[in-house]
Amino acid sequence: MKLSFRRKAVNGVMLCLTGVCTVVAVGLLFFILGYLLVQGGASLSWNFFTKLPTPVGEMGGGMANALVGSAKVLLIATCLGVPIGFLAGVYLAEYAGGAFASVIRFITDLLNGVPSIVVGIFAYTIIVATTKQYSTLAGGCALGVMMIPIALRSTEEFLRSVPGSLREGAMALGATKSRTIVSVVIPAAIRGLISGMMLNLARVAGETAPLLFTALDNRFWSPGLNQPTATLPVVIYNYATSPYPELHQLAWAAGFVLLAMVLIINITARSIVASGFSHKTR
Amino acid sequence: MASSAATVTPARPRGRASLLQRAFSGDALARALTFLAAATLIVITALLVYELWLGSGESRAKFGFHFLASSTWNPVTEDFGALPFIFGTVVTSALALLIAVPFGVGAAIFLAELAPPKLSDGMTFLIELLAAVPSVIFGLIGIFVLVPALLVIVPPIKDAFGDNPPFFLSGPFYGVSILAAGVVLSIMIAPFIISVSREVLLAVPRDLREAALALGATRWETTWQVVVPYARRGIMGSVFLALARSLGETMAVTMVVGNNPHIVRSLLASGYSIAAIIANEFAEASGVHKSALIELGLVLFALTIVLNGAARLLILATAQKGASR
Repeated sequence: MKLSFRRKAVNGVMLCLTGVCTVVAVGLLFFILGYLLVQGGASLSWNFFTKLPTPVGEMGGGMANALVGSAKVLLIATCLGVPIGFLAGVYLAEYAGGAFASVIRFITDLLNGVPSIVVGIFAYTIIVATTKQYSTLAGGCALGVMMIPIALRSTEEFLRSVPGSLREGAMALGATKSRTIVSVVIPAAIRGLISGMMLNLARVAGETAPLLFTALDNRFWSPGLNQPTATLPVVIYNYATSPYPELHQLAWAAGFVLLAMVLIINITARSIVASGFSHKTR
Repeated sequence: MASSAATVTPARPRGRASLLQRAFSGDALARALTFLAAATLIVITALLVYELWLGSGESRAKFGFHFLASSTWNPVTEDFGALPFIFGTVVTSALALLIAVPFGVGAAIFLAELAPPKLSDGMTFLIELLAAVPSVIFGLIGIFVLVPALLVIVPPIKDAFGDNPPFFLSGPFYGVSILAAGVVLSIMIAPFIISVSREVLLAVPRDLREAALALGATRWETTWQVVVPYARRGIMGSVFLALARSLGETMAVTMVVGNNPHIVRSLLASGYSIAAIIANEFAEASGVHKSALIELGLVLFALTIVLNGAARLLILATAQKGASR
């Protein structure tokens, strides 16, 4: 009887504890969201989106240049990382087999596991050291390299989820393999592919470390691709570690904008996949 | 769609025409193009390793293996050793695991074993969003919320030990510290442990649970003595993945660790990590200094590769064990 009570008590307590762990984890997300909303939302203004940074002590500065800089860096990263990752993913899902496919998968995991700061060093030695210039291009390439393995993995995964009967049907009608892939397999997986790319973009959008010594920072507009540029994450880092309270407020505002952007892309991407699946089961 | 595909390729003539036609219809071209992309991946990875090796050449030639054992970091005399940073990286990550593993596995058990499927899916969605929060945001929260909070929480705990606190609580406490870095890291890696462990636990065959429950085990005993041991390797795999991530984590650590290039015994003292010193000094460094930083990058790269490999093997082993049933 006593033992049984002990067992029941242990059962109850431990199960409650696991629930507490979950609630704390979810609570942390809401805490972070709420804190950034309160701190960052308060210091958001029209100036934030339209003005350049002002000298320290002067009010009314914004981060228009960092927003544009981030957009440019992400555009370069997408143009570099997505096509390579996507095509390699198609190769892996539709063409490759055996040893070569395993090698590519292994290399993909390896590249995916490389710490982002090391990717930054790589982009520095390849681009900054050869052009003798910190630049938007170098930052974009660093993030682009990070996008490749994720793009590859999500492409492969979603193409593989397309039933083989669709491919066989297309080929039985006389379509060549490439025509099958372009006209049948990719359209069938398109929701997954798009959401995969969006998640990929959301992941690198918040990356700071690879930009620290590739895109560097810039208080002014950065025309073209060959000059250092401000980017949202790097500006958050620089402002947060500066000693000035006004800059801290701007860092909160920028943090709020960055987080909102990342989470909105994430939620949109996930709902695209979810709606795709419910459509399929009908 | 299908009919247009059919008109593209009529019955194939033999010989050269077929080759020409194949190329024309883009089949060979498509294959070559996608193969090229896959090969690019290998080239980029090889280039990355080569550049790290080349860039660290000066430092490797000057310090040799002593680099890994020396604890001097002096840009003025150009004498560099990696030990304080390796130490800081390992200690902050170990601390993060110490907090995140029980916490993460607990939450995973709740999500996989107890929560109704709808609630579990909803919670998992939110936890995956937590994983998507950029690290610089964690750093921001770390500097302005966690560090002030620790300054309130820690001193009473320390005082409770009286005049002779254990070595890991000794020394003055200014907030930015190994402890703060460990806590921030634990919050960052917990979502990974939770979502991977949940998947692994959900993959455990249902009969095992039913058999244990039928033998009279309580829900917790079933989970802890049957389900978790079965999924042990997969959970270990998730821990290794989380560890690899925390070793390479840069921004959040740089912002709260205190940036002190010495080996410290106390968790309350400020320290440094490999990623943090690269982030702080790389842009201004030159010559041997830069080379030493690149070598630190190489060390970090090697560490994470080994851990990632081990994690994949463990997860694979669990998957095979599950499949063989």
